[in-house]
Amino acid sequence: MALISLSGIDKYYGTYHALRDISLEIEGGEFFSLLGPSGCGKTTLLRTIAGFETPDKGVLTIDGRDMARVSANRRPTNMVFQSYAIFPHLTVAQNVGFGLRRSDLTKAEKAREVGAALEMVGLGGYGARAAHALSGGQRQRVALARALILKPKVLLLDEPLSALDKKMREQMQSELRQLQRQVGITFVLVTHDQEEALIMSDRIAVMFEGEIAQLATPQDLYLRPNSRRVGEFIGMMNLIPGRMDRDGSQMIGDIPGLGRLPIVPDLLTDGQGPGDCTFGIRPESMSLVFNGELPTGKFVDGTVVERAYYGDMTYYEVLLDGGTAPVTCSMKNLVSRPVLDAGARTRLAWEPGALIVFDAA
Amino acid sequence: MVSAPFLYAVLLLAVPVAAIVMFSFWSQSYLDLDTTLTLKNYREAAADPIYGQLLARSLWISLVVTVITVVTAFPIAYFISFHVAPGHKSLWIFLVTIPFWTSYLIRVFLWKVILGYNGVLNSGLLGIGVIDAPLTFILYNLNAVVITLAHAFAPFAILPIFVSLERIDRSLLEAALDLGETKVSAFLRVTLPLAMPGIVAAVLIVFIPTIGDYVTPRLVGGPGGLMIANMIQTQFLKLNNAPMGAALAVIAMIMVTVVATAFVLLNRRFLKGRS
Repeated sequence: MALISLSGIDKYYGTYHALRDISLEIEGGEFFSLLGPSGCGKTTLLRTIAGFETPDKGVLTIDGRDMARVSANRRPTNMVFQSYAIFPHLTVAQNVGFGLRRSDLTKAEKAREVGAALEMVGLGGYGARAAHALSGGQRQRVALARALILKPKVLLLDEPLSALDKKMREQMQSELRQLQRQVGITFVLVTHDQEEALIMSDRIAVMFEGEIAQLATPQDLYLRPNSRRVGEFIGMMNLIPGRMDRDGSQMIGDIPGLGRLPIVPDLLTDGQGPGDCTFGIRPESMSLVFNGELPTGKFVDGTVVERAYYGDMTYYEVLLDGGTAPVTCSMKNLVSRPVLDAGARTRLAWEPGALIVFDAA
Repeated sequence: MVSAPFLYAVLLLAVPVAAIVMFSFWSQSYLDLDTTLTLKNYREAAADPIYGQLLARSLWISLVVTVITVVTAFPIAYFISFHVAPGHKSLWIFLVTIPFWTSYLIRVFLWKVILGYNGVLNSGLLGIGVIDAPLTFILYNLNAVVITLAHAFAPFAILPIFVSLERIDRSLLEAALDLGETKVSAFLRVTLPLAMPGIVAAVLIVFIPTIGDYVTPRLVGGPGGLMIANMIQTQFLKLNNAPMGAALAVIAMIMVTVVATAFVLLNRRFLKGRS
């Protein structure tokens, strides 16, 4: 039995349809992410679980209990807000202990709990500090400690890392993941950052316009996006308009620049038949062939149009002979590999098994 | 070098205060001003019970007016901040300032019309049979002064409280609910403490001018509702005793300073570290 179960959730703001028939189940102990661009309804969905929004239709149960008549303050959920919502008039310890007021613990027990919670998020000894004297990363830890001290069944995180700088964000990503494994509480994370979702989650629900577009593990989502839009949203993907023709029992794809080749049914996202379609391929599934390297796959020739050097990687835009638009391909920078400049002729190797076929645009 | 703003401050603020303080140490002998320094006025102010009584009454009236004004202003400010659609808030604030469109004096007179023996309130209540005879405890006494002042200063209390409520991050209230508080306890634990700077500001803004008000007690206070400012005015004009009036003014000023300082310190404590 799933810990959180949503079925047929609909939410309107006036005439705006914010959530459209959302059904999903989140298991106990899972790190679950709601991923999507801003305005896709992911935060509304999170706030619905928290009890700050009332759905117009549908049923939400947590731990088997219908939440329709349970207000936010009595739900077994706690939230880390995007702004962290640290009480500015209280100390760090008072913030962390805020929710313990109604518990039966003695004063000394509460102080011990607060100390342990601060220790857990790496803020041991910060209890007496004024909340306003904290940095962004510390505020976030206080918000985490304040929510986790109540031992909720579900921890809801609303874009918790978006206000941090890159280094801090990367550090908190791994810390959050570790913390989740350590406490075993179900985490539901809202984010617009696909990389963050891929790094941290057990499963990801990608949302567009109030609907779940795809719900899968990070690997499945990356390797087998079920639509062109998901493919484009998660990571980088070359989209090449082309067509497929039936040849006896086989489908033959005609991909400008990459050539003609048989398409096995596994590569289709929606059982596409003959006609116009879009072929997708990730930049890392194509590589430039440098002297002395023996890559596998198919080979095509082309001209480098542009390159972007990232230190560890170089991204090349290559116009393939016979292609209509340049494709992007990423190369790991090795000592033995030169960095090509625009205008250089090159040979490109690619893996036909990495192709995905989407509907035509 | 003396800068223009400094000169301006000296001329308009320091010189008048210094003149008042100086006068308070002089004395009046019939028509002449005796400029020998003396504490005679202060001794007289301490000795004659009428002054102490007037000072105590002024303080009391200001405190009551302040409490009533702030307590009634808070729900209005809260309503506008939390329950009025964001696009309509400025309209509501504009409406709050409507009393300012007429002069203070006229508003005080209007209260006379409302609270009088044959006034709007009495004839209304008589008309619907709630009372048999006109109420007399509502005009020409302390109550009338309190009602009139509380009405006059309401906008001054509403605005700072509204501003402090507006500055409260609404996610703090959701966080309080999320952590198990009810709406009422979240109000007490989060909203009220965070609104404190605005409340303290409202208290100061209402308290300081009311203690020195003399129009309202003069017009609606009757003999029992007179305040220290009325006595200061009488000393200066009718009794031609400027030194005594100055001494009373200095005493009133010290009283205000003490109370205001206490509140400012309180405000600091609440404001500490707020962004």
